[in-house]
Amino acid sequence: MSEPLRFHVPEPASRPGGKPDFSGVVIPEAGSVDRPPVDVDPTEIRDLAFSIIRVLDRDGQAVGPWAPDLSNEEIVRGLRHMMTLRAFDARMMMAQRQGKTSFYMQHTGEEAVACAFRVALSPGDMNFPTYRQAGLLIADNYPLVDMMCQIFSNERDPLKGRQLPIMYSSKAHGFFSISGNLTTQFLQAVGWAMGSAIKGDDKIAVGWVGDGATAESDFHAALVFASTYKAPVVLNVVNNQWAISTFQGIAAGGSGTFAARGLGFGIPALRVDGNDYLAVYSVAKWAIERARCNLGPTLVEYVTYRAGAHSTSDDPSAYRPKAESEGWPLGDPVLRLKDHLIAIGAWSAERHVQAETEIMAEVVAAQKEAEQHGTLHAGGKPSTRDIFEDVYAEPPPHLRRQRQQIGI
Amino acid sequence: MARMTMIEAIRSAMDVSMERDPNVVVFGEDVGFFGGVFRCTAGLQKKYGASRCFDAPISECGIVGAAIGMAAYGLRPCVEIQFADYMYPAYDQIVSEAARLRHRSAGDFTCPMVIRMPTGGGIFGGETHSQSPEALFTHVAGLMTVVPSNPYDAKGLLISAIESPDPIIFLEPKRLYNGPFDGHHDRPVTAWSKHELGETPEGHYTIPLGKAALRREGQAVTVITYGSMVYAALAAAEETGVDAEVIDLRTLVPLDLETIVASVAKTGRCLVLHEATLTSGFGAELAAVVQEHCFYHLEAPILRVAGWDTPYPHAQEWAYYPGPARVGAALRELTEAA
Repeated sequence: MSEPLRFHVPEPASRPGGKPDFSGVVIPEAGSVDRPPVDVDPTEIRDLAFSIIRVLDRDGQAVGPWAPDLSNEEIVRGLRHMMTLRAFDARMMMAQRQGKTSFYMQHTGEEAVACAFRVALSPGDMNFPTYRQAGLLIADNYPLVDMMCQIFSNERDPLKGRQLPIMYSSKAHGFFSISGNLTTQFLQAVGWAMGSAIKGDDKIAVGWVGDGATAESDFHAALVFASTYKAPVVLNVVNNQWAISTFQGIAAGGSGTFAARGLGFGIPALRVDGNDYLAVYSVAKWAIERARCNLGPTLVEYVTYRAGAHSTSDDPSAYRPKAESEGWPLGDPVLRLKDHLIAIGAWSAERHVQAETEIMAEVVAAQKEAEQHGTLHAGGKPSTRDIFEDVYAEPPPHLRRQRQQIGI
Repeated sequence: MARMTMIEAIRSAMDVSMERDPNVVVFGEDVGFFGGVFRCTAGLQKKYGASRCFDAPISECGIVGAAIGMAAYGLRPCVEIQFADYMYPAYDQIVSEAARLRHRSAGDFTCPMVIRMPTGGGIFGGETHSQSPEALFTHVAGLMTVVPSNPYDAKGLLISAIESPDPIIFLEPKRLYNGPFDGHHDRPVTAWSKHELGETPEGHYTIPLGKAALRREGQAVTVITYGSMVYAALAAAEETGVDAEVIDLRTLVPLDLETIVASVAKTGRCLVLHEATLTSGFGAELAAVVQEHCFYHLEAPILRVAGWDTPYPHAQEWAYYPGPARVGAALRELTEAA
């Protein structure tokens, strides 16, 4: 007689009160993973879905075949983008605690992913981001004031007070309107890329999703469509280990890695150290070139860690060890790039402190300017009339009647 | 002018639109090489190539999600969901994405697209090929919902929908594809080739969205209906001798309130009629609108005839389908009310 069937619910390695345990995250040496040509047969690089591409070693040197061809100035610029995002997060977190907005989401620990990816793109390419990719805007020099006006839902909010804070939108900066319903936009990125290919354009699209939301059926549909039509798209999975309180193993199940999801669709799949700015940039370049050369989609998993709370409404100490982020083996992306620049003689501790001061001053100045246009509960507000605009291209009769009822 | 079936008229609308605008693309399950299970896209792939008319994987969320991306890119996708009953996996994409994109991006991104779906019963399709889900769309801000009842309207409305800057749900009553079926399932159906509304221009023309049509003028009762039930209403009026005015809404959102109010103000009696289930159906909205705008003209309570609040049955299809007998009884009840 066989044993009764057993039901399995995965559990993370450690919970509050326990010791951080990342022994399950296997980290290869920097520089140890091969860099294949972009037109490689996907079946020959299946191992890349199970490894981690890394460039920055423990001594801060850029090593191996994935070390990118970036000038010192470009790397310093990258560092400044990440530092700007971190300073921006600090100020906006505080603004939320002060009641100037209802909600905020930080990027702490994940700054490299979007900041490095953005600079690998070309003008006209389109990102379909989730809620933790503000680095795409910052690295494209989108005005901080406009971001803050959106967060404050004030009279200068480009989205007229309609959207939840941080759900930015900017066509001009290749940043598609964010949806809070997860993974819907992974498919839209594929559709946008199909449109570009149908028109014989040279623009590519980029889909973004977190580890948890890969479980949505839209993720699988996106991979089917991308694979079937060889869409010029890069499909990014940011694995930051936690989907609110749910560890990545609940979405991953027994699959091993999120990158490996691509293999069954014949989509080349890479895993990269998401806290390594140079590795992210290099892998982004590779995947973007494949898309632009009619070689089709690439799935990229960024192995990173959400060092902060999910949002201002979340308290991670309720579900993971307090010190877990300190145990994260891939370190801090800002410190790692800083150490690299110092190691190659292009930066110093003093310049870093000076840059921190300059950047914070710039962010504070932007906040002052934004607050002159109002915050959520004080000062200039978007018009009530804006509720009724843009529901349709032209308001139909029933919306005109409802607008009149509200007295405008 | 040519006599067309509704299928031919719908195909002609896509053909004319693809010819005029290279940004119009058509795709869906079985839509490409084969031309669709109802043949609505037959010949389009051959004429315009596989990059403008192609087969999609069996993934409704994929079809609609990809179409939203294409529309945001600048194309005008006109996609087919094989049966409206299969729409549910795409509902998140329709409700949370297509319908809201313009509003939440403050017009930065828009979603000009059409989602065509055969709707309604009368073909022994059972519960998964017979549903009428229009109320699930009319409830959603940002969508327009269109239900044509004949070939001439289907073509003109579909061209308007494809040219619209907004996302449009285009529900095609499949029982009307080949003729104006009136619910008398035991009688042969007149072919569209023998019906004046089968008369359809071959070239480009539009019918504005949001405008109803009067199918029968009358003094005694106003019947507000759309799609397949237009012909059940006409048959019931003839068979009962009740002088009913039959309004074919054609577009549910935006609603042609003027036509409704003018008619009910004249007749003082109102029947709301649809094939979809009764409770929270679009008829509830119609009844509310009529009482709000015509209360002092009403001489009798507003009546509703609709599908029963059950899943759509297979063998008992004709007990479910709101045919002329049920419509006629309601007309009599309305005229006999004090």
